[in-house]
Amino acid sequence: MKQGIYTIRENRQLTPTTWRMKLEGDVSGIRAPGQFINIKLDGHFLRRPISICDADRDGITIIYKVLGHGTEEMTHLAEGKNLDVLTGLGNGYDLDDAGERPLLIGGGVGIPPLYLAARCMKSRPTVILGFNNSDEIYYVDEFEKLGARVVVATADGSCGVRGFVTDAFRELSEAGETFTHFYTCGPEPMLRAVYDRVYIKGGISGQMSFEERMGCGFGACMGCSMKTANGNKRVCKDGPVFRTEELLW
Amino acid sequence: MVDTKVDLCGITIDNPVIPASGTFGYGYEFAELYDINCLGTFSFKGTTLEPRFGNETPRIAECPAGMLNSVGLQNPGVDDVIREELPTLERVFHKPVMANVSGFSTDEYAEVIRRLDRSRMADMIGWYEVNISCPNVHGGGMSFGTDPKMAASVVKAVRWTTDKPIIIKLSPNVTDITEIAIACETEGADAVSLINTLMGMRFDLRTRKPILANVTGGLSGPAVFPVALRMVYQTAKAVRIPVIGMGGVSSAEDVLEMMMAGAAAVEVGAANLVDPYASQKIVRDLPETMKKFGIEAFPVV
Repeated sequence: MKQGIYTIRENRQLTPTTWRMKLEGDVSGIRAPGQFINIKLDGHFLRRPISICDADRDGITIIYKVLGHGTEEMTHLAEGKNLDVLTGLGNGYDLDDAGERPLLIGGGVGIPPLYLAARCMKSRPTVILGFNNSDEIYYVDEFEKLGARVVVATADGSCGVRGFVTDAFRELSEAGETFTHFYTCGPEPMLRAVYDRVYIKGGISGQMSFEERMGCGFGACMGCSMKTANGNKRVCKDGPVFRTEELLW
Repeated sequence: MVDTKVDLCGITIDNPVIPASGTFGYGYEFAELYDINCLGTFSFKGTTLEPRFGNETPRIAECPAGMLNSVGLQNPGVDDVIREELPTLERVFHKPVMANVSGFSTDEYAEVIRRLDRSRMADMIGWYEVNISCPNVHGGGMSFGTDPKMAASVVKAVRWTTDKPIIIKLSPNVTDITEIAIACETEGADAVSLINTLMGMRFDLRTRKPILANVTGGLSGPAVFPVALRMVYQTAKAVRIPVIGMGGVSSAEDVLEMMMAGAAAVEVGAANLVDPYASQKIVRDLPETMKKFGIEAFPVV
């Protein structure tokens, strides 16, 4: 973990509810895709934990969804403003397990951390991106530019596969596709469906990134704990990525 | 040169700044960020006889100028603390530590202290801080801290388990906190610390349900500072034993206000969760802030 002051270089709307922010500053605290940052906003007591979408020499890219007062206010932050940010939080994805045919599954605002994972992967990944409808779609081109194969699923069928990410996975499986390992991030109902369909029924091990209401974000307050096969873990510090084998579902 | 030293129950500490239990783990994780030996001491995570997961999540909710938590005393249990946590801490912290203990019966409080006190790690411990004020557990915790007779029964049970000073951590969720403090003093407590969190709740407008799975939680942060300060002031006037002040302390100025209200030392809680360097900054700012207000040493007269 590192604390630093970061300068907003971009704050741009991608979809009606999703924004991208680029922050310039020290990225030496970031060690793996799947880690997150924790942003202090004026007038809010707790920081806002947001997963890292990309990181390079110039800084950090995050993608955030407007969900409450904090994220709504973030949309009004102007380029050039400085933010107090904790970076490199959590343990992230372990890409050593990816194998030759990795599968990435992202739902909605859970998609961003998979971007850096895809960019850092040695093998070409298949990426399933799930959205509620076609208005919410973002980052398909960006994943394709990385060389990934992208399959889109929308719940209302307005684009790609009609249904959820697990429906898209079923179609791939029925077409005879196999995968070596999976990486996922998204809302908990999606994680549970992926766990059931891809890990239990599909027999593929994976790494799942969790979301929880956090206090500190760096392991001090015990606010975001969860029970695992290896004992009590803190989502912020020991996670947010957990292996399918660790989960008690 | 100002002198930041204070006496806490016969042990001199370099400064009155003490990270509060539940916001500083068992210390060693903060030692990765800065040398925690700059602190007066710190109070480690509330420890019970058995390991505890605590309450279901969500157990954090934000508030204006503060936060609610309903963690519910998650900890690995006293035996694991002796075996794992304290040896890890010993490598990075070389001052007496404050051992925060909790229980669900008077016997449990006594047994946790007995085990710590008879363990090979006992020399690390300077004080026991006995939490009779956790608002997030049922059948223990705060139920001991909201009735003078119950509070006295805990002090009585733990008083002779150790030669080290016993500090009783009090709840603000009472009509008259001085009544509880006096009951603890009468039974032989060496000090009291206050305030623990104030009980509160929040609703999620989307789900129409309380945000916290436990429904209620404890409020901490700058929002509670004036309330804490008032209770420290009243209690310091009511008892002769030292009073450790806490509740929303976020700056060296806040520390001085607490000391002016009669605190012997000051704990820093929620501030550590927003800024992991908060306690270090307060220690660093304290001498300059004392000088600014013409304070050469403690107590402030």
